[in-house]
Amino acid sequence: MALLEAQNIGQTYDGKAVLQDISLSIGSGEVFALIGPTGAGKTTLLRLLDFLETPSTGAILFDGTDITRSNKLRLGARRRMSFVQQKPVSFSMNVFDNVACGLRWRRQKSSAVRSKVETALELVGMADYRNRDARTLSGGETQRVAIARALVTQPEVLFLDEPTANLDPVSAGKVEETLAHVIQEHRTTVVMATHDMTQGQWLAGRIGVLIGGALQQTGSPTEIFCAPQSKEVAEFVGVENILSGIIAAKDDTLATVEVNGRAIQAISDFATGDTVYVLIRPEDIIFTMTKDSSSARNVFEGEIIRMNTVGPLVRIEVDCGFPLLGVVTRQAAEEMGFVFGKKIFASFKATALHTIRRWT
Amino acid sequence: MEEIWNGFVKAIQLIVTLDPEVMEITGRSLAIAAASCLLATAICIPLGSLIHFNRFAGKRALINVIQTMYSVPTVVIGLLVFLLFSRAGPLGYMELLFTPTVMVIGQAVLIAPIVAGLTITALSGVDKAVPETATALGADRFQVALLTMREARFAMLTAIVMGFGRAISEVGLALMVGGNIRGYTRVLTTAIALETSKGDIELSIALGIILIAVALIINIALNRLQQRK
Repeated sequence: MALLEAQNIGQTYDGKAVLQDISLSIGSGEVFALIGPTGAGKTTLLRLLDFLETPSTGAILFDGTDITRSNKLRLGARRRMSFVQQKPVSFSMNVFDNVACGLRWRRQKSSAVRSKVETALELVGMADYRNRDARTLSGGETQRVAIARALVTQPEVLFLDEPTANLDPVSAGKVEETLAHVIQEHRTTVVMATHDMTQGQWLAGRIGVLIGGALQQTGSPTEIFCAPQSKEVAEFVGVENILSGIIAAKDDTLATVEVNGRAIQAISDFATGDTVYVLIRPEDIIFTMTKDSSSARNVFEGEIIRMNTVGPLVRIEVDCGFPLLGVVTRQAAEEMGFVFGKKIFASFKATALHTIRRWT
Repeated sequence: MEEIWNGFVKAIQLIVTLDPEVMEITGRSLAIAAASCLLATAICIPLGSLIHFNRFAGKRALINVIQTMYSVPTVVIGLLVFLLFSRAGPLGYMELLFTPTVMVIGQAVLIAPIVAGLTITALSGVDKAVPETATALGADRFQVALLTMREARFAMLTAIVMGFGRAISEVGLALMVGGNIRGYTRVLTTAIALETSKGDIELSIALGIILIAVALIINIALNRLQQRK
């Protein structure tokens, strides 16, 4: 049985639908990441699931019971949950008391409060800060205190809203390590919202993609990143080559897709005549100087029309009759003498491609 | 000019020598203002909190009325309390008119809107994320309210201090319902008014200096509180 279940929930603010018809089931001990662009409704969905808001439509079941509209049951459920907000606030008291709040509100004995708070502060590496005024902490420290404050009550469900969004890379790394440790050690059910796909992929067992207030796709990280089910999801998860085509021929699972008059070989479930999008991840494209050096089914000659250096990588866009974007290391680009206007070959395997239906 | 200077010197003497009459009037003023402040605080902090933490029709209008009452003339409240406690009034049987008790009640009524209104303002000033975080961490409504009040404690103390300042400095109400009876209901403001009309400038100036000193202390306290917010 699912620990937390949303049944066709929707949320409307001032007549504007923020979430529409969301159905979602989260099992005990599961780590579920909600990914989506800013403004997609991730925070609203987390707030609904944590019973901080009441949905305009639909119901939310916790442990099999619909508690959507009972204040008493909602409080009871909330006391089995914790929420770390995107921009956590510290109460105007010291770090120890901040972390102890949740336990005191549950009327736990002071000896238990003391030992649990100390353990939680040790866990997030903030034990030395116990007597500090919590409002004088940095963003990363505040975030870690907020995580300790959420974990100290040993919640069955932990909600994390963009837990590292406002942190520098070092602080973000520390927070991620803490979360990974908690997930591994405590088997806590975690629902996290993030726009950082890598974080979602690293921490979560299952991912839901929320775009424009609708849950577009849920699945394992591999399914989401390698087999997106819609153009919107593909665009969000970083598939930068989305080509419009039509299945021209089919041989078992191997399809020939016609794209701008060029034939691309792809593994596809669609039938001849179906209109599709062909999705190719930039990292699946290999650039070479000669055609013979690739064993891939798809090899196209093209001219470099754009080059951008991004950190240690160079993003290269090639016109092969259709635009193709790939990445190579800076060293490889220099060694092969890739420059604007140069003719090169782009190759990619039929198995690396993914096709989705294109409704015309 | 000489008269004022002589009055000033005499006033300092009265203060430095702890003149019994000056000390008695000052003590009574402080006691009545403190008692009225305590009474108003006991009623208006919970009342202001109730208004802030609950949603109801007409809430905005009620807050507007409370804020308008900040500047109600003291003589109007004085008249109201006088009518209530006069022999023919509904509370006349209590025989409290021209007693320190009725002055405490009157001043409490006078400062009640200030304490209640500024309590609402103080609570509204707390970051919305505070009650939200507390709710998410499992606090019930009462616990959320207590935490929010704790967060607003310095701003709420400001409300109390402001109320005290208004109570100790008002004259109309104290005169109307207290009667300025020597040794019984005479306070700093009423004594200044009377002594000035009698021509006893020294005593008036001495009492005025004390009143200004109290105002100064209140102001310093307010500044300190606002810095700690």
